[in-house]
Order: sequence, then C-alpha cells, then structure tokens
Amino acid sequence: MTLLGIATMGMWCILLSLFALAGGLFLLGVDRKLAAHMQARIGPPIRQPFIDVAKLLQKENIVPANAIPCLFHLAPVIALVSSIVVLFYLPVGSILPVLGVYGDLVLVMYLLAVPALAMVAGGFASGSPYATVGAQREMVTMIAYEFPLAIVVIGVAWRLGAAGLPLPFTLGTIAANPIWTLVGPVGFIGALLLLLVLAVVTPAELSRIPFDTQEAETELAGGLLVEYSGRNLAMFYLAQGVKTLVFAAVIIAIFFPWNLSGLLAMPPWLAWPADLLFFLVKSILVLFFAVTLVRVGMARFRINQVVSLYWVYLSVIGFLGLILLMADASLVTLGVVGA
Amino acid sequence: MSDESKKAPYIVPIGPNHPALKEPVMFTFEMEGEMVRDVDFAPGQTHRGIEWMGMRRNPVQIVHLTDRICGICGVSHTLAFARAVEQVTGIEVPERADYIRAIIAEFERIQSHLLWAGVAAHELGFDSLLHLTWRVREQSMDVIENLTGNRVNYGIVQVGGVRRDIVPEQHRIIEECLSTYEGLLGKLLNLFLDDKTITMRCRDCGVLSRKEALDLCTVGPTARASGVNVDLRQDYPYAAYGDLEVKAILPDQHLGETHGDVYDRIVVRLLEVGQSCQIIRQCLSEMPAGPFTAEEKLAKLLAICKKATGEAIGRVEAPRGECFHYVRMDGKEAPSTWKVKASSYSNLMSWIPMLRGEQIADIPIIVASIDPCLSCTDRVAVVRDGSSRILTKENLHRLSVEKTRRLQS
Repeated sequence: MTLLGIATMGMWCILLSLFALAGGLFLLGVDRKLAAHMQARIGPPIRQPFIDVAKLLQKENIVPANAIPCLFHLAPVIALVSSIVVLFYLPVGSILPVLGVYGDLVLVMYLLAVPALAMVAGGFASGSPYATVGAQREMVTMIAYEFPLAIVVIGVAWRLGAAGLPLPFTLGTIAANPIWTLVGPVGFIGALLLLLVLAVVTPAELSRIPFDTQEAETELAGGLLVEYSGRNLAMFYLAQGVKTLVFAAVIIAIFFPWNLSGLLAMPPWLAWPADLLFFLVKSILVLFFAVTLVRVGMARFRINQVVSLYWVYLSVIGFLGLILLMADASLVTLGVVGA
Repeated sequence: MSDESKKAPYIVPIGPNHPALKEPVMFTFEMEGEMVRDVDFAPGQTHRGIEWMGMRRNPVQIVHLTDRICGICGVSHTLAFARAVEQVTGIEVPERADYIRAIIAEFERIQSHLLWAGVAAHELGFDSLLHLTWRVREQSMDVIENLTGNRVNYGIVQVGGVRRDIVPEQHRIIEECLSTYEGLLGKLLNLFLDDKTITMRCRDCGVLSRKEALDLCTVGPTARASGVNVDLRQDYPYAAYGDLEVKAILPDQHLGETHGDVYDRIVVRLLEVGQSCQIIRQCLSEMPAGPFTAEEKLAKLLAICKKATGEAIGRVEAPRGECFHYVRMDGKEAPSTWKVKASSYSNLMSWIPMLRGEQIADIPIIVASIDPCLSCTDRVAVVRDGSSRILTKENLHRLSVEKTRRLQS
C-alpha cells in the first residue's frame, strides 16, 4: 500500500472515531429523552451525555487502595478503543468499511466481545466485592448471549453463501445484498426470527435493563463500574455510547443496509451527508425498539433468568430461523419458489 | 480450586448506605457465588433521639414531635401517642374527631402503599412503574394537603381530637380522589401482578412462612402476606374503626393461595389501597355532626395533662403494621416515660429467614418488601456496667406472669 493510501485510511479512521464518539453520546441522549417521555417525565436535554462527559473529565480519578492500578487504568482505554475500532469494519451510511479488506463479520463479533472483557478485567482489578460480583455476572451474560449472536451471524452469512455470493462473511457483501431480497417467504420468516434474536441480544450487549445485571444500580451500586470515577468513568461512558452506535451499525449492516442515495436519485455531493443522516435515523429507530422500549417496559432479570432466556429460548428461536433459512435455500435451489 | 472446602464464602457488605436502601442499615452477607448463605444486619445507624426530646416537653408539644418520627406514617404515630395520653388523662374524644382521624389515617395508608409500590418497582429495575405510581400518588398528597394543610407532617391530630374539621366542600375533593383511585386500582393490579418480569422476580422470592411470621411477631402487611390474620383495625378497633367494616386483607382473597413471598406483599398492599378507599367513603357517609375536639383551649388541655397520673398504651395500625406508643405520666408537665415502637421494629427480624438462600439480585426487593422504616425504629441501647443479658421468650413470659400477680394482689 502506498504512503498516501495509509494516510487516507488514517484520516478516515480519525474522522470515524470522532463520529463514533459524538454519535454514541448523541444516541445515549436520545435514548434518555425518549425513555423520559415514555415515563411521563421531561427528561434531560439531548446534549446531557456530552455535559456528563465534560464534567467527568474534570473530576478526580480515584484509584482504590486494593485495586491493581495498571489494569484498573488500562481497562477503560481498551474498552473505548476496541469499541471504536469495530466501527472501522462496519459500513456507516454510504461510507464503506474503512478496514473492510482486513476483516469480516467474524472479526467484528470477536471485537464486540473485547469491551465487555475489558470491563470484566477492570471490575476484577477494582478490588471491590460489588465489582467482583458484577464482573462474574458480565462474564456469565457474555457466555449467554454470544451463542444466539453467533447463530444470527452464521445464519445470515450462510444464506448469502447459499445464494452463490462470494465472500459471504465480508460486511461489504452483506450490506450490498440485503438478506430480505435474497430469500423467499419461508426464508423471510427465518430472517425475521434472526432479527428478533439480534434485537434481544442488543440490550445484553449494551448492558441495559432487563439485562443490566452486571451494573444493576439497586443491587450492586453500579457493579463493574462502582469504583470508577473521573476520567476512567468518562471513558467507560464514552465506550458505552460508541458500543450503542456500533451495535446499531451491526444490526443496520446485516438487516437494514439500504441507503438513501440508493433509493432516491440525488447529486453525489448530497449523497454522503444524506446517507450519514439516514444512518443516524436508522440507528435511533433500532435503538428505540431494541433498547429504549424494552428498558422502559421491563424489570431487571436475575442472572440465572438471563442465562436460561438466552441459552434456551433465544437459541431455539435462532435455530428455528436458521432451519427456515436452510429450507428456503433448498426450495429456491429446487426452483419451487422463485427468489 | 477443586477442593470444595477451599471455596470460602465471601462477604458482601451492603450498607450503611447503598442505593438499595432508602435508609441506613448495615447488612453483612455471607455469599456463595450469587447465593446468600447467611446474613446479619445492624440497625442503629440513624438514631435521632426523639424520645429524649419528647420527655422534656409537654404532651401538646410531643404530638407535633410524633409527626416527625416518620415522614410517611406521621399520623399513625401522632394518633397512637394521642390515644395513649387520652387514656391516661381520661379525655373523651368526640365521635366526629374519630371519623376525621380515620379518614386521614386511610389517606396516609393510600399514599404510603403507593410510595412503596413505586420503590418496589425501582428495586426491580422497573423505573417506568416507579414514575407512574408516584405520579398517581400525588393526588392523595394533594387531598391530604387540602384536608390538613400539609403534605407531610400533617399536624392534624391533637390530644382530645383533631385541629381541623372536614367541611362539606371538601367532600367533593375527597370523592373525586377516591373515584380516581378506584378506577386506577384495576390498572395498577394489572401492571404489577400480571407483568411477566415482576412475576418472575417476585414469585416464591423472599418467602416468610406463616409459622415464621408468627414466631417473629411480624405485623402489618408483612404478616398478612404470610397468611396471618392480623389487623388492629379489625382486632382492636380504635378511632372510628369499631363502627366500620374492616376485614384484614389476605393474599388468598385475591389469588386463592398464600405463598408468603414478595409477590403476596405486593398483592396485600395494593388491595389495601382499594380497601382504604372504601373505608374513607364509609367514613364520609356515616360521619356524625358535632365538635371535632374535646378541648379547644390548649391551656386547659395542658392543665388536664399536667394533673394526670398513670400509664397507657396507644396502638394504631400504621401502613407498615402496628405502631405502639407507651406513655407514663406522673403529674408533671412532661411524661416520665415515652416509648415508641415503630412497626418496622417487629418486622426487621423477618429479613433473616427471607434472605437466606436467595440470590444477590433479590436482596433489594426483599429488603424493601417489608417496607422498612429505619429512622422510626432506631433506638439507643444503654448497656449498664458493661454487662449484657438477653431476655428470652421464657424470661419475658415469666416477667409478665409476675407482673399480673403483682397487679392482682
């Protein structure tokens, strides 16, 4: 690769990082505002997360006496960086994945686990019983939701592969060929089921109610984050925002990859910002249905209930979706139902 | 790590301050993974010395001090104290005052139970329900303000009666509030009892068996949820309750079975909101005309109190259970003894059997499920000469038999 190519790529990465930070905080603000309105409250202004981060950055950064300082400080950095990096492998609006050639959906899945692991490490390093319990719960939750998540990813990619597309795991392929356009009616239902599974995995991935057992304010006083303050907490908060944006981007890339410029004719100079705005609108919608609506309408689960929900119910739904997609693929191949 | 014995249980402290606790209390949990193996708690973190203050004041002043024992069940403490003093002094309370007292006490129960329901929802992580219940609670607060002049610390009860009458114009406001609540009750029951997540979290969680409830002398909704049929309003009627139809609310009336779990405590409290509405309505229609206080002039009232000698207890069914005041007066301005036993005092011990064997996740809701009121409960224990001794049930029984003999001779 030429020097210029590396420089362009670097510039894109910096731009995307800034977008991820700002967009993530914006999404958190929207989430809080929407939740407040559904609870008959006025709620904080949408810029509140920005104010919170600015405030946290000025605050004292306390390290508990029995913490492991290097790990304690490293965890928020890893969480933030790894969640930003995921976005480089995902299409954002009409911006194609910047590092798309270097990694695919499987890498994205691994990267998505890193912020959670960083939080676990930070929790264990805090030396607080609340954080320790929170870290244990976070690990259990991760083990619980990774399996249904893997089913979704494999199901979609397998169907794309069965349709004869090369490199079905690359985000570029997935985004360019929406699953809905490839499948027949049976596969459509299968894809819907997989979308449902992915939507239910979202609150757990983002540790929101009803799957926020690892932070559980009333039980563990913040759990994993209980000992964090100041700059470190701000970084975790930013990471939370970025993770929200990233997960919305994953759902959008897999299930709703359409761009405004693809649907409406528009001059090229308009397409880029219009698609970005459209992307934000889509992520707000995804966030609203997968996170805000759920967290407003439900109580927190116990950790054993979380595990049984994911391992039993969602895995079964996921497998059902997978089987429907397989049946659909063979039907299409046999020519019974036209795609 | 394969050796089971090496997995020592770890200690999780909760308190004295923790988001799950609305008031300070110190819990020490012995955990095994997510499971509570054993638990101990230490109250006494929020003592305010109210009895000490009271014993330096006269009964008319203490009445307003009792309002401040609890921010939620102010009128229950005032009423219990006033009834004790009335018995010592022999003051006869006018019938109308009894009805007004009952109306305020029932409104207090409504707002207290709604407040609790909101807190319970919050402990479960269901904040929407918290905001909803606290919003509908406002109406009862407004009516209480209209009737007494205050939202909290009502200052309505005085020794010998009440300080304000309920005029006919206020009937309409009360009626409006009652019909709103009766309309809302079905919705609230539906939201709390038919919600899948709440059922999952509360059913068979924090169980207190009927036997344990009896052994630990629990009171109020905590006891009733375990199937113990106790309610002072039915068992030892005071104020106007003797004339009214009050039956203790038990969970099997609604569901046909008693589990004694957190869910049943929700059932009992929510149904009591509806019951309170009916009681208030009954009070309004049967309230007799007449004076609303036995002695309007405070100077005269004080003179009566100053002359009185003797001891008495006042018991009131507060929203959390029996509230008990003991007063002894010996012809001085201030009572020589004033002992307050808030309802939570009887209920705190039930935490231990409820919490044992449950998960960390259930600690907040179980702790909240008895509706603890810790600043009302906390007392100072003075240990004489550094020696301590425990009075067992047998000791207490022997002492009470001795006292009865003494009184008989």
